[in-house]
Amino acid sequence: MNKVRAALLGFGLLAISSVCLAAMELYDFSSEDLRARFQSLTAELRCPKCLNQNLADSDSPISADLRREIHAMLEAGHSDRAITDFLVERYGVFILYDPPKEGATLWVWFIPIPFALFGLWLVLGAVRAAASRPIDDEDPDR
Amino acid sequence: MPVSVKNRLLVFLPLVIFALMALMFYGALQMRETRASSELESVLVGRAFPPFNLPDLNDRMRTQEELIGQVTLVNVWGSWCPACRDEHPYLADLVARGVPLVGLNYKDTPENARNWLDFFGDIYLWHVQDQDGRLGLDLGVYGAPETFIVDKMGVVRYKRVGVVDERIWEQEMKSVYLRFGGVLTDE
Repeated sequence: MNKVRAALLGFGLLAISSVCLAAMELYDFSSEDLRARFQSLTAELRCPKCLNQNLADSDSPISADLRREIHAMLEAGHSDRAITDFLVERYGVFILYDPPKEGATLWVWFIPIPFALFGLWLVLGAVRAAASRPIDDEDPDR
Repeated sequence: MPVSVKNRLLVFLPLVIFALMALMFYGALQMRETRASSELESVLVGRAFPPFNLPDLNDRMRTQEELIGQVTLVNVWGSWCPACRDEHPYLADLVARGVPLVGLNYKDTPENARNWLDFFGDIYLWHVQDQDGRLGLDLGVYGAPETFIVDKMGVVRYKRVGVVDERIWEQEMKSVYLRFGGVLTDE
């Protein structure tokens, strides 16, 4: 019984592992540090073709090319910044999941501020009105 | 307790804001509809065509210098790309009207490329072979077909991701092509 269970477990793990490797070629890294940087870079860069996947997860041929390029650049000693700049120069800031806070993306950061101030003003007004209202025991709404 | 007129109007403010935002987003959606939804802005427009030194399909070496001198369409294609077949007849029309067309044979083998051209017709001036997609990467290519308009100085002036058809040519590409001095024999 135990043997059957072990075999099933082994088979299950094998099935899962093939799924995990589906989008990823095997790369050799000269150091674990480079491997970690490769993983964080491919996680925060977007696949240009598929719009809602990062390079790490995407199966598309262009993502495979970009992973190969990133691997080569890492091994050649380029910094993370140099690699993202290289890709932005070709594919635009679109490729960054965390774009720089400038141009059109600035709006996303500053539009909420007036809304928050407006909300604060409403709440303060309501609180102040409630505080200044005399307590009236005869008012059935209270 | 009487509610002031001002407060009563204030109640509708969120609705007004909602309506304005809905209108704005609807407008933005409509604007996107006119372009392919998957299209990214190209960073390359306004910049020189990236340098290359690659063989053509006759194994002659070609460089970006050879794009200089006339306004040229550079079409990224591959024998593996079904949409490239779809746009081929319209590109042939443009060539017949005097538009210089250069092929960038993207991630293909020369044999397959030659067979494809034998079957559909080679309407191109020449083809640069980009077997590993390295030039494509410099061009920000992420799918085929893609088509660039390169001006007389070798500067990229326009990029189209997807099929070139009459609508795209008339609405977007023709004006760019003519503005930079491109020649059409029927105009």
